[in-house]
Amino acid sequence: MAAVTENDGVMRAADGTPLKQALARATRINKTRAFLLTTPLLAFILITFILPIGLMLFRSVSAPEVAEAFPKTIAILDEWTGEGQPDEAVYTSLAAEMSDPENRFQLGKAGTRLNYMDSGFRSLMNKTVRRIKRVETGPYKDAFIKIDPRWGEMETWKTIQQAGNPYTIRAYLNALDLTQAPSGEIVAQPEIKQIYVTLFERTIWVSLGVTLACILLAYPISYLLATLPSGTSNLLMIFVLLPFWTSLLVRTTSWIVLLQTNGVINDILVLLGVVATDDRIRMIYNMTGTFIAMTHILLPFMVLPLYSVMKTIPRDHMRAARSLGANPLIAFVRIYMPQTIPGVGAGSILVFILAIGYYITPALVGGQDGQLISNIIEYHMKKSLNWSLAAALGGILLAGVLALYWLYNRIVGINNMKLG
Amino acid sequence: MNTIKPSRLLIAALAAIGLSTAAQAADTITVVSWGGAYTNSQVEAYHKPWIAKTGNAINSEDYNGGLAEIRAQVEAGNVTWDLVDVELADAVRGCDEGILEPLPLDELPAGADGTPAKDDFIAGTLHECAVGEIVWSTVYAYDTSKVAAKPTSIADFFDLKKIPGKRGLRKTAKVNLEWALMADGVPADKVYEALATPEGVDRAFKKLDTIKNDVVWWEAGAQPPQLLADGEVVMTSAYNGRLFNAIVNEKKPFDIVWDGQVWDIDLWVMPKGTKNKAAALDFIKFSTDTERLADQANYISYGPVRKSSFAKVAPAMQPHMPTAPANFKNPLQNDFGFWADYGDELNERFNAWLAG
Repeated sequence: MAAVTENDGVMRAADGTPLKQALARATRINKTRAFLLTTPLLAFILITFILPIGLMLFRSVSAPEVAEAFPKTIAILDEWTGEGQPDEAVYTSLAAEMSDPENRFQLGKAGTRLNYMDSGFRSLMNKTVRRIKRVETGPYKDAFIKIDPRWGEMETWKTIQQAGNPYTIRAYLNALDLTQAPSGEIVAQPEIKQIYVTLFERTIWVSLGVTLACILLAYPISYLLATLPSGTSNLLMIFVLLPFWTSLLVRTTSWIVLLQTNGVINDILVLLGVVATDDRIRMIYNMTGTFIAMTHILLPFMVLPLYSVMKTIPRDHMRAARSLGANPLIAFVRIYMPQTIPGVGAGSILVFILAIGYYITPALVGGQDGQLISNIIEYHMKKSLNWSLAAALGGILLAGVLALYWLYNRIVGINNMKLG
Repeated sequence: MNTIKPSRLLIAALAAIGLSTAAQAADTITVVSWGGAYTNSQVEAYHKPWIAKTGNAINSEDYNGGLAEIRAQVEAGNVTWDLVDVELADAVRGCDEGILEPLPLDELPAGADGTPAKDDFIAGTLHECAVGEIVWSTVYAYDTSKVAAKPTSIADFFDLKKIPGKRGLRKTAKVNLEWALMADGVPADKVYEALATPEGVDRAFKKLDTIKNDVVWWEAGAQPPQLLADGEVVMTSAYNGRLFNAIVNEKKPFDIVWDGQVWDIDLWVMPKGTKNKAAALDFIKFSTDTERLADQANYISYGPVRKSSFAKVAPAMQPHMPTAPANFKNPLQNDFGFWADYGDELNERFNAWLAG
């Protein structure tokens, strides 16, 4: 004891250091150890999740191609007020930059970017690049206009001037069915090109509908699973989990087999005489198909949290309510149901967030009106290669999901969510 | 401890030598194509003889077209595809954007009759970054057991009165807009001229409007024969080789309408920065010689791009070729330049039209 407490009244550990210090050190070591243990996971999330998403979002505002291809021309063009044709210096500089063999691949990328803003720009570029090389001396202005009269038009130069800014919100405007006119004004896209807002709305409504359908279908199943004797409920649980473990593609294509015009369900209906053979019901390659298949595929995500929450509700609560005079319905609604809210909340948020980003199922069974926003994102990633627009659409979707999550937290409270 | 080190080094060195010689002896290249009956024809005509000749291995992968994967691999600096079978418009665009390797076209072997490669290939099938293989075409076919009135022209495809029922079309603007105009009476050689004007585009969409509610849209090449076989549609657009496979190999009761066929070519391209450039180039040279191109046409009804290969195609296959005189009466060549310019805009409108 003498070693532990000295005369100054300070509490000391066995080795003589003040107890407060020793404790702080021990906590610090523990904290560091805990942090080091989580570092691999942290690094993993950072590298495989945060970083790619960040880079992708950066693409939605970044458009460096034109500035990289024509740095000098853009610098000169910056001083052009937009009144009257640009002067000879601009044309001369553009001719030099177009003829530079080092610039060959930059030109292609710049052409693609300009073509997003004004269709036909790519061929104008290609044609001009091919011919301007043969022009030995100026004046270049006349040579350009001779190659194509569009080089004498203000719109062409305003487009280049706008595209010269390496950062742009154009992709976001486009994703909201807006566009920037050459004058700089923000206007709505022509009606025939408006699509994204409709698709965002449709995606949200479908996701809400699927979530609701999942709640309605999963609630009785989960109740049954939670209240049956364990032998029977385990067997039933396998029926819930079996499709959950089956590949998404297999389940989607199974729905095609069942729902198609000459599929199992229509065949049975015809056999029973419910519908005529020429008048088979169209259940797939439209919104109905998307809705049915998505509800089925997402159902386990509702059943499992609901089940795990219902399992923990003591049966005595219902019995107590009954013995205090409540009829079965009131006991269920006022005693049982409120206790299942955390499960409903967890299941809903899972199903909704999964549904809002769904794309394979709508792509396969959606036909023309069952497509969702993720299908158009996939289209811009894989087919049109307009990655800026895909990133902008994805960014808006991400922001929307975060906003809904925030709203959910305000209304239900994220602490009330129970996954099991 | 010191005694272990040299032996370890030795083992490591031996292993390294072993690996490098093994790599020299047998390269593995990844060849990417469109899957199904088409990839199969390439495996039979190109892959197997090349593997037998060089002792190299081929890893065959499928994709659905487009440049997205190539661009992603090149930009990430991790190119795992060595050769890709692409459409002309993508070859041109990829070359312009610098994501494809320029190819030494003068190294291509001369035709079997001695014609130099640049004269032996059909005009427009050799490109700075791409070497052509086949001529293929988009046509439409109908189920003879389900259709009462036999369709004969592209206009019949849009005629709901003559042939009621669902039709299959590829979910993209390409070909559909051309067909709509041709069905509306625009001659093949004026189609792209008309599509370059807003009025022409409006006219095409107006024509498509007439069948919009009766269309089932497909995306992968293997889908349309399946839709037709399942009775989901009574007629559908499809690639002629896929239909050939269904009709001849699977004995389906389908018939092809060649009127208004839109033909195009497929080419080999090499993503920029491939690690197996030499082997991949060797494969290109090997697979596009007279014999190999003619042999591929024995497995699928796509025409060879070398003139010297025409005569070597088996007589039984000749009538199934898109370029056979009986089939080539009202053809339209897909205009890659047009689609490179207007593709983004028209597809945007097409998507909006589809969703609306």
